[in-house]
Formats: sequence, structure tokens, C-alpha cells
Amino acid sequence: MAKLKFDSIKVGDEIPKFEVAGVMRPDFVRYAGASGDFVPLHYDQTFVEMAGIPTVFAQGMFTAGLLSKAVTDYVGVGNVRRFQVRFATRVWPGDVVTCTGKVTNKIEKDGEKQIEGDLIVLNQKGEPAIRGSFRAACA
Amino acid sequence: MADRSAVGKTGKPFKMHVDWSKVREFARAIKDPNPLYFDPELAKKELGGIPVPVTFLQTSAFWTDETSSPGFGGFDLRRILHGEQEFEFFKPIFVGDTLTGVSKVADVLEKEGGRGGKMTLLITETEYTNQKGEKVAIARSTLIETGQAVKA
Repeated sequence: MAKLKFDSIKVGDEIPKFEVAGVMRPDFVRYAGASGDFVPLHYDQTFVEMAGIPTVFAQGMFTAGLLSKAVTDYVGVGNVRRFQVRFATRVWPGDVVTCTGKVTNKIEKDGEKQIEGDLIVLNQKGEPAIRGSFRAACA
Repeated sequence: MADRSAVGKTGKPFKMHVDWSKVREFARAIKDPNPLYFDPELAKKELGGIPVPVTFLQTSAFWTDETSSPGFGGFDLRRILHGEQEFEFFKPIFVGDTLTGVSKVADVLEKEGGRGGKMTLLITETEYTNQKGEKVAIARSTLIETGQAVKA
């Protein structure tokens, strides 16, 4: 996929938002099947209630996957060199999640022009579900 | 509960065949309709092969057995949180590749937590090599075992 043009990127440029208006239990189940993450916290209501948690919640890596799409839509598939996420608040059924980020640095590394940036996933209350960072190759 | 004696422990190497069906299923699950995952001709023309989503390597964590996943013994599933995850990529990974993964326990730390009491952090690193012997990626994962189940 076409790389971003290094010279046309400025520090502070924003990654176009990727919003999912209401993640749902079937999303978690689909991710469980696709990823193999069958930790029951994400689909088994009986199990979570026994653990004292009100409802199932999203796999962190499901939400990280949504965020990675925002990144690859911006820098192009195949150009990500580093992707890091730290999980903050959990994502519950019905939450509206918005994935975005911004460019924080332009560097030369491993013979490539690269950009670095911060990433964030926010819920509808503006609370961060994920804070992360990335590095990607440019043309 | 993992303890510090696990640090440096290396798991048995495991093989990961990168299967197109699994890649497509994964792309759908993360709501990414990018045609590069679904159209082999386009992917070959643009990238030289069908790529994998950024977080796809995470899937190997769920079918590798205890011998390939050092440090997990004794963790209580009800008290596990995934704290952090990082991927670094050195070479492209394509559908059809056969990767070899080796996991090691990078660190075990104890911390005072907020919501769940005392926490144990298990940091593992998995290095992936392709069938040509090239190092393609490293995945770093931080799992947290809380002292008690975390309330919402």
C-alpha cells in the first residue's frame, strides 16, 4: 500500500479518526473465534458475575485491533514498524470507541524515513481505553 | 502466582503457519475491510504477498501449550489482566509463511495496584523467525495478575 510522503507530514498531524458506534457482544465473540482468545471474561455472563464483574467486556486486543486499523489506514498496510498499546479502562457492550492519534516525531532509522506517533482509544465519556504509540515507514 | 525464578526461562519453539483463512477472519473481527487482506492479486502486486494485520501474531498466544509459554503456570484466570502489548516488525510477514516463535520470560515484577490490590506483572517476549531464517518480529506482552478479582 502506498506509503505516506515523509516530506508532506508535519509533527502534530492527526491520524484520521476510526469510530465504532457501539461495540457489541457478538464483536467480542467474533474476535474470540478469530484470535483464539477464549478467556471467558469476554463472552460468559455467568462466569463474569461469579468474578464480581457486571457484564462481559471487550478483549483488550479487540480494541487494539480497531486501533491498528486506524494506523494502517493512515500509514498503509505493511509499513508499521512498531505498535504498542497499554490498556486503561475496559470497553463494555454498547460503548462508542474512537481510535485516533497524532504524529510526534520524524526520524531516520534502519535506512528508512519513519514517523513516530501517539495513539489513543477513547470511549463515549472521553475516558481512554487504550494509550499507545507507533512507528511507521514513509516514502 | 508467577515468581522471579521464571525470569530468563525460554519456551519450546513453536511453528506458526500463516493461513489466509485465519488472516481474513481476523481482519473481519477487527472491522478492517482493507482489500489487501482479501484480494491476493492486489496484495501480490502492491506488497509481494498477502499481509497480516498488525496484531495478528497475538493469535499464537492462544494455541501454544505450556511448554512453549514459560511463566504462565499458576496464574489464576479470574485475576488476569492484559496490561500492555507491543509488536516490532523487521521484515514483512506474508500468508504462506511458516514462522518459528520462541517465547521467554523477560521479567516478573511485583507492584502495589489500585483497584485489585497487589499485582504481579509477567513480561514475556516472543521472537518470530520466518522460513528463510530472518527475524521478522518481536512481540512483548505484559500480563497482570491482581491480588483479587478486579471490580468494575
